[in-house]
Amino acid sequence: MYLKHALRAATAMTFVATAAAHAQSITIATVNNGDMIRMQGYTDKFTEATGIDVEWVTLEENVLRQRVTTDITTKGGQFDIMTIGMYETPIWGANGWLVPLDGMSAEYDVDDILPAMAGGLSHEGTLYAAPFYGESSMIMYRTDLMEAAGLEMPEAPTWQFVREAAAAMTDRDNDINGICLRGKAGWGEGGAFITVTGNSFGARWFDEDWKPQFDQPEWKEALTFFVDMMSESGPAGYATNGFNENLSLFQQGKCGMWIDATVAASFVTNPDDSTVADKVGFALAPNSEGVDKRANWLWAWALAIPAGTQQEDAAKQFIEWATSKDYIELVAENEGWANVPPGARTSLYENPNYKEVPFAKMTLESILMADPQNCCAQPTPYTGIQFVAIPEFAGIATQVSQEFSAVYAGQQTVDEALAKAQAFTAEEMEAAGY
Amino acid sequence: MARAVTTRRKSLNTALAWAVGLLIFFPILWTILTSFKTEAQAIASPPLFLNFNWTLENYAIVQERSDYMRFLWNSVIIAGGSTILGVIIAVPAAWAMAFVPSKRTKDILLWMLSTKMLPAVGVLYPIYLLFIRLGLLDTRGGLVVVLMLINLPIIVWMLYTYFREIPGEILEAARMDGATLKEEILYVLTPMAIPGIASTVLLNFILAWNEAFWTLNLTAVDAAPLTAFIASYSSPEGLFFAKLSAASTMAIAPILILGWFSQKQLVRGLTFGAVK
Repeated sequence: MYLKHALRAATAMTFVATAAAHAQSITIATVNNGDMIRMQGYTDKFTEATGIDVEWVTLEENVLRQRVTTDITTKGGQFDIMTIGMYETPIWGANGWLVPLDGMSAEYDVDDILPAMAGGLSHEGTLYAAPFYGESSMIMYRTDLMEAAGLEMPEAPTWQFVREAAAAMTDRDNDINGICLRGKAGWGEGGAFITVTGNSFGARWFDEDWKPQFDQPEWKEALTFFVDMMSESGPAGYATNGFNENLSLFQQGKCGMWIDATVAASFVTNPDDSTVADKVGFALAPNSEGVDKRANWLWAWALAIPAGTQQEDAAKQFIEWATSKDYIELVAENEGWANVPPGARTSLYENPNYKEVPFAKMTLESILMADPQNCCAQPTPYTGIQFVAIPEFAGIATQVSQEFSAVYAGQQTVDEALAKAQAFTAEEMEAAGY
Repeated sequence: MARAVTTRRKSLNTALAWAVGLLIFFPILWTILTSFKTEAQAIASPPLFLNFNWTLENYAIVQERSDYMRFLWNSVIIAGGSTILGVIIAVPAAWAMAFVPSKRTKDILLWMLSTKMLPAVGVLYPIYLLFIRLGLLDTRGGLVVVLMLINLPIIVWMLYTYFREIPGEILEAARMDGATLKEEILYVLTPMAIPGIASTVLLNFILAWNEAFWTLNLTAVDAAPLTAFIASYSSPEGLFFAKLSAASTMAIAPILILGWFSQKQLVRGLTFGAVK
């Protein structure tokens, strides 16, 4: 009798164990932003269709970057898919840390990925991460304030016009700042913005021999212009303002113009959160007169598979699903076209429904104008627009942006900051063997 | 006259203590208030203190998006386990240092404390690699050991301070009555040091509960505690302050309640030996 029970129990246990062994599960590390959280909500549909369970590890951007970098460099194997950006992808791809995303199905239509995105997420022509959403940067401005100032925003303005318009829109008595820009230290915050500003004044980080260029007149012109304009028309304490601080100011009607990520357009035009939702216009990021490059960047949050994962096929299936045209349709059907992940696929911008979204046209134009292989007016040895795709860049640019933030805070002069940036960068690059 | 001065001074001291207390508590109060606002109200300028439409929407969203109980359970196991393990190791160590000191006891104590000065990130890679080898990544057991090691110097120091207040003659008397070393520590020393041990346990439980570097870097899904839960609501590109505040309030609520009920023991333990 006991033997019979024991046999039954053993059989049941074997069934359970077999079932568990067959249930596939993948773990995805990702950032906390609206599009990614929305995707988590639709994961059940992927599981229903494929039988693959998905576990999410959602982290703040900087924590995520540290976490996935530690894991991939030590082959920790904690994640089957990692959400990474354009900075990491070519470096990690070159190191052999990522699984090449070739052999995607015909329905996936890999050629539909915007060329700028595919280029920035590839190494030597091989795609290593699929863009979930992409962004550039552009001008968001208050149409009512612009009109009241008696000015009209061109589609492709110059910095000189932007400065003039900012001064005209500034109304200190009513707490309205003509322009809000990032000044916060950090390579992905104020560092990114001042780098593209430098590009639009003809500056570059390095010459063809990897020699830092902060001692060149273009950098001095760019930084001086930025500081002067922000002193005239920017908010108090802009040295500590990043994306969120400026978004908050703009949504409360305290900025005439804001130049930042194209994804912000959906926030500032959302009447639930923004007090100026129906008074926002869009234009290309500016350039300095006579310079062929504009102050717009290119970025994508993309899904990549770390080499060595035991779930490569399941991970590829998920990436195909999450970055497909069908996923975009799914979100549009449930939440409207303004909420689909932007900036990844050409077909989205050909869709007549999406063309009606007010910021769609300018977003696409900004993305198409950004060329990571050719960031600057002068030749460079690197790829990337608001960053330099070398492992040393994050550390160097963080330090340099701290020096620049000290200028914004009035703690040192432009010349002092540029001299320190030049010396520090030269030292670090020499130590790194460049 | 003297009595009047004393009363006035007492009132002043009380007012000052309340002011400092409120100042320290204000960020927590603000977080709790923000958790009941909409995202638009959370960033309103001038800030809204009490005059806003209170909503529980953020708690509903957080509850729907995250498995709070799993994170909470992991926090309890990790903080509790590391504290208990730490005390088990620290009691004999502190006994030896307090009652059988050697020439090097002070140096050892200082050296132990100096390990707290090492930036954690400096040993991230060695420990991460060790965890991979031992299969401890994303396990509660691994975190219990790491947090115990991190807090062990503080536990030893605190217990050493309490044990030094206990007269050695009492232990000698126990020994003369035939108590073994184990009995001496378990039945004589420990009961006398209960208030000190209790405050040490409480303080270390709080430290382990709040630890964010190792708990974020060594976990993924299975062992992620409440620090990872909060980190999942922080975003540099998007204003989610109300949701972040709701998540933070849910994460600190258990430890806040524990601290509130045990504040007497905490204060007593922390000031033990400070006034002779």
